[in-house]
Amino acid sequence: MNPYIPVIVVLIFGVVLGGILSGLAAFLGPKKYSREKMDPYECGVPKVTAGSEKMSVKFYLTAILFILFDIETVFLYLWARTFKELGWLGIIEIAVFVLILVVGYIYVVRRGALEWD
Amino acid sequence: MGMNLGIDFSSLLQWNDFTVDLAAFAVKFAILVGGLLQLPPLLVWIERRVPALMQRRRGPNRVGIFKWRLYGLLQSLADTVKLIFKEEVVPDGAHKVFYHLAPVFCVFPAFLVACAIPYGPDLAIYGYKIPLSVVRMDVGFLFIFAISSLAVYGVALAGWASNNKYSLMGSLRASAQMISYEIPLGMSLIPIVLIYGTLDLGKIVEAQNSFFQWGVFTAPVSLLIFVICMFAETNRAPFDLAEAEGELVAGFHTEYNSAKFAAFFLGEYVSMFVLSCLASTVFFGGWQVPFVSYDALVTMLGSPNFVAPIGILMLLLKAAFFMWVYIWVRWTLPRFRYDQLMFLGWKFMLPIGLANVVVTAIVLAVLRFK
Repeated sequence: MNPYIPVIVVLIFGVVLGGILSGLAAFLGPKKYSREKMDPYECGVPKVTAGSEKMSVKFYLTAILFILFDIETVFLYLWARTFKELGWLGIIEIAVFVLILVVGYIYVVRRGALEWD
Repeated sequence: MGMNLGIDFSSLLQWNDFTVDLAAFAVKFAILVGGLLQLPPLLVWIERRVPALMQRRRGPNRVGIFKWRLYGLLQSLADTVKLIFKEEVVPDGAHKVFYHLAPVFCVFPAFLVACAIPYGPDLAIYGYKIPLSVVRMDVGFLFIFAISSLAVYGVALAGWASNNKYSLMGSLRASAQMISYEIPLGMSLIPIVLIYGTLDLGKIVEAQNSFFQWGVFTAPVSLLIFVICMFAETNRAPFDLAEAEGELVAGFHTEYNSAKFAAFFLGEYVSMFVLSCLASTVFFGGWQVPFVSYDALVTMLGSPNFVAPIGILMLLLKAAFFMWVYIWVRWTLPRFRYDQLMFLGWKFMLPIGLANVVVTAIVLAVLRFK
């Protein structure tokens, strides 16, 4: 059997289970409406601004850097799997690759992209 | 199996490779899911009793059946029932679709990843080989990384959809932390792939046949990085900034209650279990018994089918150790500050992880290539 058929079955099961848990309370729980209860919980003080405020640009920067470095990690996996077959050639190739990665990393650190104060 | 799925319906009535696979999958999956659903109540109970012991107080000890209190073991059961029957309060202004979708994204990745872990050696029943992982894949490693990163969506969506500033801050922190620590987590396992030469988790366990071939001896630095990332990936103390009670109420799930809150719990505890299993599989020989090789066990007991239960027990014991470490650390170490957390991830773990890969590769090349 193709190993990815069970994967799909498990995926469907997981989504259904999550969906059941997510929808269960709507059927089982009591429902008593009150204006105050529906306010977002911010320690009892009426809120003055919307829930989605401006957020620090640092988070976007982290996400961008994550994409870059995570792709590098995936490339390293492919090389690691074929390490034996590629031999010294593979090591030299990946050394060049890691060197470029390290230069980029040093640049990112020097520019202060990873500073959180 | 071709594109038409290769299902010949007349062959479903007799035992062949396909029907055996199907039946084995159904049984294994049912047992795994049954087990995983028992996990959160049990772990919650442990997590309340253990710190109580550490801090010299009693912890939950009232709920029981009539006069038998069972050390409060049924407290979690009562809590579960309470959670499911509670009123659900969806805050005004919450994004209607994403609010309900977020718990789903926290639950299903954990279950998918749990299916890829090899829980024991292959069974041999009437000449059919049945691997003891629900899904046996040759790219188990990549699958686990790809799927487990999906949990970030649950956290990010939950905070964003709640229309609450604390939720949003908690989810931003949590998602930034999870993606930051995914890089060292991925790098920490590259030396393992280099050493054992495969992405198949089952084969990695088989390669750790003798005690000193365990990952903990061949790649000790990786173990260190992996364990630290394990805590960060599940948002557990000392990296639980996402739910720092003092500043953020409860983080990204502040606005969640009733069964949805239980869904977040389920997702968190199942992914704790999965990461513990992964750590045991990769670094502590998985289902291998220490000091005794698999072949010796098979000759001793006469059949691989008798070795399988021992193997499963070994893996569960090793995983239990890691889950104990989770709880132990939570009640021992204080919480990090956010800049310390990011410093540790990007400026300490990442360079060390990369250096670990380079050094392992060079040492292996010198040892193996002439």
